[in-house]
Amino acid sequence: MSSLERREASASPRFSIDFKALGPFMALVVLFVLGTAINDAFLSGGNLSNIFTRAAFIGIIAVGATFVITAGGIDLSVGSMAAFISGAMIVVMNTLVETLGPGLETVLIGIVLSIILGIGAGAVNGLVSTKGKIEAFIVTLGTMGIYRSLVTYMADGGTLSLDFEVRGTYRPVYYGELLGIPVPVLVFLAVAVAGYVLLNMTPFGRKCFAIGSNEQVARYSAIHVDRVKTMTYVIQGLCVSIATIIYVPRLGSASSSTGVLWELEAIAAVIIGGTMLKGGYGRIWGTVVGAIMLTTIGNILNLTDAISNYLNGAVQGLIIIVAVFLQRGDWRRKKSK
Amino acid sequence: MTDAAVHAVNPGIGGEVRLSGRKICKSFGPAQVLFDVSIDLHAGEVHALLGENGAGKSTLVKILSGYHEPTEGELVLDGKSISFADSEAGEGHGVILIHQELNLAEQLTVEENIFLGREIKRGWFLDKTAMRAEAKKLLEQLQCDVDPRTRIRDLSVSDRQMVEIAKALSKKADILILDEPTAVLTGREVEILFDQIRRLREQGVAILYISHKLDEIKAIADRVTVLRDGRHIVTEPVVDLSKDDMARLMVGRDIKQMFPHRVSDTSAPIVLSVRDLSVPGHVRDASFDLHKGEVLGFAGIVGAGRTALMEAIIGLRERSSGTIERDGKPVRIASLQDAKNSGIAYLTKDRKGSGLLLNMDMRPNLTLLALEKFGRVIVDRKAEEAALEKAIEAFDIRAADSKAKVGDFSGGNQQKLLLAKVMETDPDIVIIDEPTRGIDIGTKSQIYHFIGGLTDRGKSVILLSSEMPEMLGLSDRIAVMAAGRITGILEGNDRNEHEIMRHATGISGQEGVSVHE
Repeated sequence: MSSLERREASASPRFSIDFKALGPFMALVVLFVLGTAINDAFLSGGNLSNIFTRAAFIGIIAVGATFVITAGGIDLSVGSMAAFISGAMIVVMNTLVETLGPGLETVLIGIVLSIILGIGAGAVNGLVSTKGKIEAFIVTLGTMGIYRSLVTYMADGGTLSLDFEVRGTYRPVYYGELLGIPVPVLVFLAVAVAGYVLLNMTPFGRKCFAIGSNEQVARYSAIHVDRVKTMTYVIQGLCVSIATIIYVPRLGSASSSTGVLWELEAIAAVIIGGTMLKGGYGRIWGTVVGAIMLTTIGNILNLTDAISNYLNGAVQGLIIIVAVFLQRGDWRRKKSK
Repeated sequence: MTDAAVHAVNPGIGGEVRLSGRKICKSFGPAQVLFDVSIDLHAGEVHALLGENGAGKSTLVKILSGYHEPTEGELVLDGKSISFADSEAGEGHGVILIHQELNLAEQLTVEENIFLGREIKRGWFLDKTAMRAEAKKLLEQLQCDVDPRTRIRDLSVSDRQMVEIAKALSKKADILILDEPTAVLTGREVEILFDQIRRLREQGVAILYISHKLDEIKAIADRVTVLRDGRHIVTEPVVDLSKDDMARLMVGRDIKQMFPHRVSDTSAPIVLSVRDLSVPGHVRDASFDLHKGEVLGFAGIVGAGRTALMEAIIGLRERSSGTIERDGKPVRIASLQDAKNSGIAYLTKDRKGSGLLLNMDMRPNLTLLALEKFGRVIVDRKAEEAALEKAIEAFDIRAADSKAKVGDFSGGNQQKLLLAKVMETDPDIVIIDEPTRGIDIGTKSQIYHFIGGLTDRGKSVILLSSEMPEMLGLSDRIAVMAAGRITGILEGNDRNEHEIMRHATGISGQEGVSVHE
């Protein structure tokens, strides 16, 4: 055993590129170079701001997912949750127009409702899986179906549309800018910074790492495992609600197809970013880069005719697999063990 | 395991050489861990391999059995030079290694594990009847009362070890290598294992036996090879070496005093008082007192309920009745957090499974239990680094690189880190469960002296151990448990192996009455 100690020790002083930490950033740079080579318009302010704005939805959700996955869980319900929250917001705001009018109050009540629903839905996922001792995969698979069908039911199988005048009031949350930066990008940045601080600098974050890496050790270290795990799902719910708040004014509608496959994109962003799916290791900045990468791929495919845009999913899938392969670093190590 | 018994069964030196390692060197990257080590395994002989943690024992046996390739040197099997492509090739030539770490598929049954990869088939289908019968026979040989249909995850650690041994026996080994097989076995199980080893020896099997336990080596081995720091130190017939000789050769210096010198004072105030504590299915009506500055030992066979009792005291297990007083005042302990706040700390016996985060480095491991000490809102990394530096110094943790993952540490260093982790909470009462399992004699002594240091500073220690010497060498009083009850609390001259065994087997001190108080 001490042979391993010695080997580790002698390997560290040698200079080597830390693929685990820098990999996602390097890949993003490659994508940007590629994008520029394909089309000069790629680097234009308009296009970049478009990429970051779109990345914001998945990115904000993925920041929440980083907590869940780091603590050894998984949440498959986020896409459905987003659709359900959008639907509920639209229904309530449309109803409020009659009494409160299409002003700021209506929108604010909608936003508060979204946050309550997000936290509530996350708490349901967390409590059912921890107190009920059911795998998170199964619980969130269940709630995924439940939230999805609730929005279909609210929309009566069709589309819920936000009152036109409310839309006018609400519009700046998605289309507005501050200091030349789109609001969703600012929100994304704020969520990411908050997420980074929470995961890397607080006792709560440390406990997430501990639980994800070995729940039993966490238990024997006086950590309230159930409480911390439930909190990760609540954080996930809160992130979904924030993403929904900036998503609703974009289209002003919600239907059963809102947020479809967002859960997979969010998980993909987390994994590309270097967080381990089995838990115990998470990285917020990696997740942010992962979300931007996924959006960038779609954008580049839009700008070129070389690959059909319909193959977007295939390219994304390929990138996810390659990214994880590179991070594992097994390909560099010789098999002579 | 008296010395007299050893000589009676010792047939001396065995038959012809079966497997040899000649001038074996092994390096992992730039670090060399074995230097020109040669060893001969004779048919019908038990050869013991002795050395401290990190001496290179495990690496050597992995080379002998084909798990590793030697960097230099050669293997010779029955006079012919040979190289095993992998462990399967080794097994193909009859070289079977029983690993230190158990390698069983937890979700599969005992019989499925025994025949994993070598299933008995009838046509295209598995012949379950034949496998079950064969598994049963093997287990009976080992006097292991386990149903072959039980899943491994439902077995105790010692039963798992017996299954692992049954598996190796079923492979018809010519050369059997056992890497610390008794770490988790009870005394009786060790005897059964030794009977099997003697039986195999009579059948002409060449056996290599690795252990830290000098008693065992005296009892079972014919010849002993000592490794130190990757170098061959000596190979001698066991009868020519005393236990002191072996310890000295292994450590490379005299261990002057294995145990700390302690003065016990049973009139010191009572710091912890447990009354009528029960855990359904594990513990019944346990009562005891712990004095300030005392080491209270807890002895008993595996499954007697010692760990369950301690886990109930610190709030990790539900208890159905019982009260706990700290310094004479009743306390309510419903979680480990409560125990921590009452100044009670617990060192788990399972340092890999519930003690340390193996995929992380030392710093987060050290501070995990006392995290709030390092900041309630933001964890103060500088303070953590400082604490780590202090702990490395105070506990003599010898890690070449403080950024290395603790999973790569030797058992001794892991145990020291675990001690340091628990001590970060600055407890008054430390409950230590198997403090020296699987660690070498030098580190053991360090840990014993550390425990002595704790009591010198007025802390109290509860010691759970299945190693008799440390139980007797450290404890002021010894509580013995059998079948969930405390059958006696032994003091003074009653603290001896004989009395402990009488109480542990339930011959003495029925109904949980402490007979010597």
